[in-house]
Amino acid sequence: MTSKFETPTPSELSQRTDKIPDNLMHRCPICHQVMTHYQSADKTCPNCGYGFRLTARERVEAITDTFEEIDRDVTIPSRFDDSLYLQKIERAKQATKLNESVLTGFASINRQQCGLAIMDSHFIMGSLGSATGEKLTRLFEAAKQKRVPVVLFAASGGARMQEGMNSLMQMAKVSQAVADFQAAGLAYIVVLTDPTMGGVTASFATQGDVILAEPHAMIGFAGRRVIEQTIKQAPPQDFQRAETLLAHGLIDAIVQRVDLKQTLSQLLQWHQVKEA
Amino acid sequence: MIRTAYDAVNAARSSEKISTRRLINGLFTNFFELHGDRHAADDAAIVAGIAELNGVPVTVIGIQKGSTMDEKMATHFGCPEPEGYRKALRLMKQAEKFHRPVITLVNTPGAFPDVHAEHHGQGESIAQCLLVGTQLRVPYLSLIVGEGGSGGALALACGDQTWMFEDSIYSVLSPEGYASILWKDAHRVEEAAEEMRLTPEDLLEDGIIDRIVPEVKDDKSMGQLRQQMISEIDTLRQTPIEELMAQRHERWRNF
Repeated sequence: MTSKFETPTPSELSQRTDKIPDNLMHRCPICHQVMTHYQSADKTCPNCGYGFRLTARERVEAITDTFEEIDRDVTIPSRFDDSLYLQKIERAKQATKLNESVLTGFASINRQQCGLAIMDSHFIMGSLGSATGEKLTRLFEAAKQKRVPVVLFAASGGARMQEGMNSLMQMAKVSQAVADFQAAGLAYIVVLTDPTMGGVTASFATQGDVILAEPHAMIGFAGRRVIEQTIKQAPPQDFQRAETLLAHGLIDAIVQRVDLKQTLSQLLQWHQVKEA
Repeated sequence: MIRTAYDAVNAARSSEKISTRRLINGLFTNFFELHGDRHAADDAAIVAGIAELNGVPVTVIGIQKGSTMDEKMATHFGCPEPEGYRKALRLMKQAEKFHRPVITLVNTPGAFPDVHAEHHGQGESIAQCLLVGTQLRVPYLSLIVGEGGSGGALALACGDQTWMFEDSIYSVLSPEGYASILWKDAHRVEEAAEEMRLTPEDLLEDGIIDRIVPEVKDDKSMGQLRQQMISEIDTLRQTPIEELMAQRHERWRNF
């Protein structure tokens, strides 16, 4: 063995790094703070509060007391038969244990009953497929029947290109369901998480009676690359971040992840329907 | 000669395509333009106002690309800003208040993508058009004139019926964007157009749109389109409002 004061050989280096556990260190994509796995156990950056992307199941765990999933069997309609696309769906299903890019059901959050929809960016970037739109529509219809508020966690790259116009039509379909639900005097609370973009921003994600966001979440309509090509210069670094949207009056509040459960249950309590 | 999907894309974008303003003047009489969103600006990409269709007052909302270079710059080549969608929203609500049918004429590559638009809530302004449009308690008819680009087009086409000109396209994003995102190659645009099912024929077959109408090239074809509109608006106006709303609900629920 070489002395520790000498430069190690490549094979010695590789042996040493093999002993370091995977995922021990994380770097915050926003403030570049480096942290250990233990420091970010709640999946937030201890320095700037950025919330790392959660799976829908992790979110259920973090936010609810009880959760009952609905429409587990809703999946892409059979008319979509492109084999590459079907493989992509299959892989996403296995990776996320979800049937689509949104998980829907009824939950209790600090004892407040509500309909709950959680989009998962790990499922084809949380894109809006026909089955995503169908699950959301059914949730609003069911919550209207039960007369409970709805909480939605948005996380999506936008429309799902593989489903073409059928994806675009979901924007109007879900909007209609939101309108029906809100017209019944019921509250719709949105939490925008990283990232919320495109057709989802341009429909149900910005139709909430109250719109919250997580710190530093990227929220916008057009993608940065498209904007760069249009204006031929780089947009400001923070122009699609939650803080900028707050400054421009587009959202109600930014809530730290640690406070989210308490904030949601308070808002839900104020908006529960008291039947005569 | 067989027409490919890419031919349809080019035809939809052609500079020979009738302008929205000429279409308004040909289909309607006494068009009176109304400006502004009452908050910040008047977006030149949205031309809107009140006019008469065969003597019936209607609210007309169009997206125009402009013909001169100055006009094209002012309209961002037919890409509305949030202020434009808010003007449309204001006039849709006004139409509902005064029981006027709404007719929209759509020709846009998409909502304008820039920093101003993002800061002023491009997404939210389109979302409001969807929320209000699907619930508007008056007949609401849309015609895709040239390009129907994504959410920026859907914002003004979420009512009772969507018609398309023969030479028009309607898609979730541009064929260039589709090729660049799915295959990382913006040059495979012809292949993308073929795959996307964005022609009027494909979209009619897929149940996305309701009717294909002949291109307006002269007075005769203008007259024919006018007759089709008069007849359809007449039918929609005679439908009891609850029935109309139920039909519209079913139309969108079935997607």
